[in-house]
Amino acid sequence: MAETAAIKTERPGMRTRAYRALAGRMFWGRYGLLTIGLVLVGTMSLLSILAPVIAPYDPFALNVDAILMPPGPGHLLGTDALGRDVLSRLLYGGRVSLWVGFVAVGLSVAIGLALGLTAGYFGGIVDEVIMRGVDVMLCFPSFFLILAVIAFLEPSLTNIMIVIGLTSWMGVARLARAETLTLRRREFVLAARVAGSKTPRILFSHILPNALAPILVSATLGVAGAILVESSLSFLGLGVQPPAPSWGNMLMEGKDVLEIAPWLSFFPGFAILLTVLGYNLLGESLRDILDPRLRR
Amino acid sequence: MTNKPLLTVNGLVKHFDISGGFLDQLRFSEGKFSRKRTVVHAVNGVSFEVRQGETLSVVGESGCGKSTLARTIIGLYPPTSGTILYKGARVDDLSPKAMLPYRAKMQMVFQDPYASLNPRMRVNQILDEPLRLHFPNLNAIQRAERIAAVMDQVGVRPGWATHYPHEFSGGQRQRISIARALMADPEFVVADEPISALDVSIQAQILNLLMDAQDERGLTYLFITHDLSVVEHISARVAVMYLGALCELAPVRELFEAPRHPYTRLLLSAIPKLGGERRRSARIQGETPTPINLPPGCVFHVRCPFATDLCRVEAPTLQDYGGALAACHGLEENRI
Repeated sequence: MAETAAIKTERPGMRTRAYRALAGRMFWGRYGLLTIGLVLVGTMSLLSILAPVIAPYDPFALNVDAILMPPGPGHLLGTDALGRDVLSRLLYGGRVSLWVGFVAVGLSVAIGLALGLTAGYFGGIVDEVIMRGVDVMLCFPSFFLILAVIAFLEPSLTNIMIVIGLTSWMGVARLARAETLTLRRREFVLAARVAGSKTPRILFSHILPNALAPILVSATLGVAGAILVESSLSFLGLGVQPPAPSWGNMLMEGKDVLEIAPWLSFFPGFAILLTVLGYNLLGESLRDILDPRLRR
Repeated sequence: MTNKPLLTVNGLVKHFDISGGFLDQLRFSEGKFSRKRTVVHAVNGVSFEVRQGETLSVVGESGCGKSTLARTIIGLYPPTSGTILYKGARVDDLSPKAMLPYRAKMQMVFQDPYASLNPRMRVNQILDEPLRLHFPNLNAIQRAERIAAVMDQVGVRPGWATHYPHEFSGGQRQRISIARALMADPEFVVADEPISALDVSIQAQILNLLMDAQDERGLTYLFITHDLSVVEHISARVAVMYLGALCELAPVRELFEAPRHPYTRLLLSAIPKLGGERRRSARIQGETPTPINLPPGCVFHVRCPFATDLCRVEAPTLQDYGGALAACHGLEENRI
């Protein structure tokens, strides 16, 4: 009796501030980075998507009366050498970055999955040919490959997305192949074959859904990579062409007046930093959560 | 039970090339390249028949080719040579399309209930797959009714059909696995160690389930196992395998009371027994040779206490000894 009474009196104690603090620490320990990543990615995406609604000025509107204005009440993040509002350009530039990130990664995941599943499932000479192709692609320093291709083609947004996608699928292909190799010997895949399922159904209903976790992680990290590549290209003048804003070409335009108007470089740089950090945190924590060996 | 053979296996051979990709096979020696292949001789010329309505057990130690035999018969691996006849028709060289009608009739239950159900599919989706393939005329309601009926038969509440496999215990998963095999209304079921991954307390339940299903549906089983006590309990005939070859194939009573092949005798003497006089079990001498480098002649001669020079050169064939088949030169020469 005394014991149960003691336990009962302790029960309300479980809801004390100390308990809540402990639960909070456990939550942050496990999901802290994920939360930060989600918030960063979510905020950046939302701001970019809502750019036409929330941008205070037209990102292309020149204003000779407000050239190189420092951040202040009229222009929250200042204006550039042509008097354009930096905040508005930043918001519109974000659309470019995120769009490039998603489309390029979507393309690279599609190519990587198709080749990886094929190589892993059919094996033999098919596998050999595809994986040697991957090795060859990995031999090129991809940024210089992109530079070379863009220099030949006209540097448009579509071309950039396609070229980034076409040069970044190798990691996904290797992951997909590795997963497929183990999954195709799993008994549930054999059972599907015994039932008489055709190859496409086995690949798409049985193997693909079980192979997606590591590919999702790699895709999330890939978005960060693609955003960086696009910014670098735009900075070098081979990406999004002015006057269309992109974080990369805003940086480039800012570098000439770095000493007198540092905000022109600082804000786009900071935006790139936060977005890439967000995707990297998201990818890393997804990896930890999805990896059964690291669970708990 | 009739004596009509349902499935006939003739001289089945299955070899696996494990030498890897082309670049792994290349060897460089004495100034020139050569291609080196490494082959696992998993099944080497196995012939037997499974009679309609019986349970034929295949026993043998780990790595003797039991599972390969099962998977080759069911059509998961193409045989290297030999033929498989189902009701007298060849099924080993069919295109996937021509094989489809046989897929409904020949089903398989796998060993590991944790690996044999797709973790991303609900139970009703898992059970729906064979139905959609083999009964395309059924509508969704009819399929759901069939799923519920089979789930009921295997002892899983039909109300759980919308749950995922990870929500079930090992025994329940194996019941679902059996349900999947039964969905397409098969005649012949290959069970590849269906109970060896389960708790002992669950094993009997699953065995009884398999035997009940056999009675109700007139199934024929090819039962792969290494558990001799299970074999004694469920089978009509037993095939003993060693290093990819059949040593002995006999009715279950015969085999347990009067084993003929030296390997069978050694295998049976290794069963631990409770009570009675302590019998000295015959020790099996030596290691099992690997199926990569098979010994010439009788594969068992390395460990056989009765081996002669003939055994080391010539492989014995199955001979009939009053209903029991055994492959042994010693038996042929009447010296064992």
